[in-house]
Amino acid sequence: MLDRSRLEKIGAIFFALAVWQLGAKLLGQDLLLVAPTTVIQRLYSLWITADFWRAIGFTFARIVLGFSLALLVGSLLATLAAKYHLVEVIIWPFVATIKSIPVASFIILCLIWLSASNLSVFISLVMAFPIIYTNILQGIRSTDHKLLEMANLFRVNWLKRIKYIYLPQLRPYLTSASSVAIGLSWKAGVAAEVIGIPAGSIGERLYEAKVYLSTSDLFAWTVVIVAVSIVFEKAFLLLLQGLFARLEKS
Amino acid sequence: MMDIIVSNLSKSFGSKRVLDRFNATFPARSVTCLMGPSGCGKTTLLNILMGLMQADSGEIAGMPQLKSAVFQEDRLCESFNAVANVRLVCDKGVNNEEIIRHLERVGLAGSWQQAVSELSGGMRRRVAIVRAMLAPSEILFLDEPFKGLDQDTKQMTMQYVKDNIKEKTVIMVTHSLEEAEAFADQLIVMGF
Repeated sequence: MLDRSRLEKIGAIFFALAVWQLGAKLLGQDLLLVAPTTVIQRLYSLWITADFWRAIGFTFARIVLGFSLALLVGSLLATLAAKYHLVEVIIWPFVATIKSIPVASFIILCLIWLSASNLSVFISLVMAFPIIYTNILQGIRSTDHKLLEMANLFRVNWLKRIKYIYLPQLRPYLTSASSVAIGLSWKAGVAAEVIGIPAGSIGERLYEAKVYLSTSDLFAWTVVIVAVSIVFEKAFLLLLQGLFARLEKS
Repeated sequence: MMDIIVSNLSKSFGSKRVLDRFNATFPARSVTCLMGPSGCGKTTLLNILMGLMQADSGEIAGMPQLKSAVFQEDRLCESFNAVANVRLVCDKGVNNEEIIRHLERVGLAGSWQQAVSELSGGMRRRVAIVRAMLAPSEILFLDEPFKGLDQDTKQMTMQYVKDNIKEKTVIMVTHSLEEAEAFADQLIVMGF
């Protein structure tokens, strides 16, 4: 049975689609606003080509790699920063800079250093890193000090402390940070591809849609990006939940 | 194992002096009960002895390395079950079956699979007690260990604790004369 809030959301989506369809019909110019039915037709014609899947695979692999590296590096540096104040001080200017610089400036700058095909890996990493780092550091800092006192008194080893005290405490921080960072990785990663135009990427398809004024392609690929990003986010969060549940039962 | 000797221990919180040149000897392998009105410094003394708090001045001699405690709060890992919470502090030689046997002795048969966050206050207290009993220790600190237990459960749990504190130095904070009579080899009344 679908609950009320889910039904409301589905209703809102259909309403938005109806408004979009009506707007496109009233405007009558596909170049300015393509109708959702046309986008679906275009998606279907793309769906059956091998290039479509290759482009998704190319972009997906790079953005997921970038996010995974951000998760690894962010977690590691947050752990070190929580333990050694000096590490936090050293990292602070980098985090502050990444947070404040516009992603387009970063992409253009990085394009000078890196090949276009690897640009999205680095940009996804750089954009996701501050979110992961900041949240995990905050999570470690908010660990219940009474539990840590208990662990000290009972001489609990560091491996057990991580499993029983730190990881359960980090769970909400890691979940929300991952959810935000995945969305941002996709936005920044695709933007990097549109500017760098690596061959065989989704970004290249978007760039071509702009050059050839193909609004239906632009909308179709945007739908694909949103769908793949959401599927990856949900799958990752499910995996995370499963790992935590397993940890608590082990 | 040596007696624990506390000399001239003082502790203040701001302008409030909680312990003022406190002296006591806690004999090895015996139970000392600390009694006194609320705010007289019992828990502060226990926290200093446990090493969780620094005294302003004074000395503590003969404190063993291996400590165990039932804290004033339960201090359990909320998302884990009772067995996991006890296993956290146990030596490798203690297996799950043994932990479950101990939990059953305090009336937690059938509840040990639930996350401790789902247990009642009294059940959580008993998990904290079993954890303290099974942790390897030479000295045991008990801060109002039977707080929140109904009379029957309290009697059962007191018997369980009695059976498991033999050969250990125990320092217990309590407000209950019944508990002091049941456990104390020595009674220190503070705040007078």
